[in-house]
Amino acid sequence: MLLQAMDIHKSFGESRILKGVDLTLDEGKVLVIIGPSGSGKTTLLRSLNLLELPEQGTLEINGKHVDFSKRLSKKETRDIRNQSAMVFQSHNLFPHKTVLENVIEGPVIVQKIPKDRAIDEAREILDQVGLIDYQNQYPFQLSGGQQQRVGIARAVALKPKLLLFDEPTSALDPELVSDVLKVMKDLATKGWTMVIVTHELKFAQEVADKVIFVDQGVISEEGTPDQLFQHPQHERTRRFLSRILQRT
Amino acid sequence: MAPFVLGEITIDWPLAFHSFWPILQGGLIYTIPLAIISFIFGLALAMLMALLRLSRVQVAQGIARVYISIIRGTPLLVQLAIIFYGLPDLGIEVSPFAGAVVALSMNVGGYAAETIRASILSVPKGQWEAGYTIGMNYAQVMRRIILPQAARVSVPPLSNTFISLVKDTSLASTITVTELFRRAQEITATSYDFLLLYSEAAFIYWVFCFILSIIQGRIESRLDRYVATH
Repeated sequence: MLLQAMDIHKSFGESRILKGVDLTLDEGKVLVIIGPSGSGKTTLLRSLNLLELPEQGTLEINGKHVDFSKRLSKKETRDIRNQSAMVFQSHNLFPHKTVLENVIEGPVIVQKIPKDRAIDEAREILDQVGLIDYQNQYPFQLSGGQQQRVGIARAVALKPKLLLFDEPTSALDPELVSDVLKVMKDLATKGWTMVIVTHELKFAQEVADKVIFVDQGVISEEGTPDQLFQHPQHERTRRFLSRILQRT
Repeated sequence: MAPFVLGEITIDWPLAFHSFWPILQGGLIYTIPLAIISFIFGLALAMLMALLRLSRVQVAQGIARVYISIIRGTPLLVQLAIIFYGLPDLGIEVSPFAGAVVALSMNVGGYAAETIRASILSVPKGQWEAGYTIGMNYAQVMRRIILPQAARVSVPPLSNTFISLVKDTSLASTITVTELFRRAQEITATSYDFLLLYSEAAFIYWVFCFILSIIQGRIESRLDRYVATH
């Protein structure tokens, strides 16, 4: 098992966002998290990369283990964070760096890979996401979809065990969504282990090995895409799915 | 009532000509170096104070708050006097130039700290998260991701600080630094041509500041190259 999160609890002030969530994922599998806004799905995803620090629970990724009820050392934080990389809803590219510089920043500065090699690898990845011609542009010169694909390239360049996607297409114009989804589908085919928060149900149906429905801070239903989308067990899941389907 | 007579304006051209170089020289060997050195030390101090203010440690925040409050709440002229005329009472003697550097640096440190702090806070939180998610630590994110973006925001206010500093160096004349204004003062002691000599001094300050504002524009457009609005 590559990823195992147990009994994750997280509050912001008085409001309890996650109320004991368990999550497991095997290597090479794709997990899609769906749920209404405010359900805690993004907080859950961010907890896997320690961008949120749960106050209770344990997390294990690729053999690295942390217990959130204890104070994490810098080394523990770094070790587990380096197992995954996040693709953000609003891409969060570094605006003062070119596309290529964005992609090599982590490998060169953090992983200390020689710059020449990092550049070669980055170009290969940019080629895969269809942006090799934009390598020397600044992020503001790209469209939203292109920016997001650079965001994906930046995460992939770190060669993490786990790729995390936080609603990667929600901020995009509809006509730009498919390019980003195509890149993600491509990664799934290549065997990347991925956890994706999304509202793109058709995409989820195609790539997910497992879908979980997060509602009010707990996983209220989980299963294969077929089980969850075609035969939802709970009324709330059914209502959520029909709302999403009406919207698209 | 005595009649108001506007005196005949006669410009003493030979005096204007002979005094120009000594005054300008005071500017070149004291005013400008004093401003540049004080600005560099001052920025380093301001950076430190900004980081203390942003730290989660209460004591560190407190130190920075008190420092900034003292610097902003007391006149620079008084700060100079304390350092140059006051500290010898404690057995600490400094040269006029060093005393001016210390006072001006501390002053910049207090004022620019808030500018730097605000510019760091102006960088979106997502940039921190993006840095952390690619494995950087606090110092790496700060240095490579946040500060370059904060720099762009802080250039206009820091340029104002620097231009003010160039003019504030004239206060160093009160502690016997023979900078631009003091040179002019010294010549008035024998010629009594206050209007001419102080106007000359003013003119040279203005030229310095004019050149600086051109340099500021260059830096701003260079830092704006990755922003959509140009």
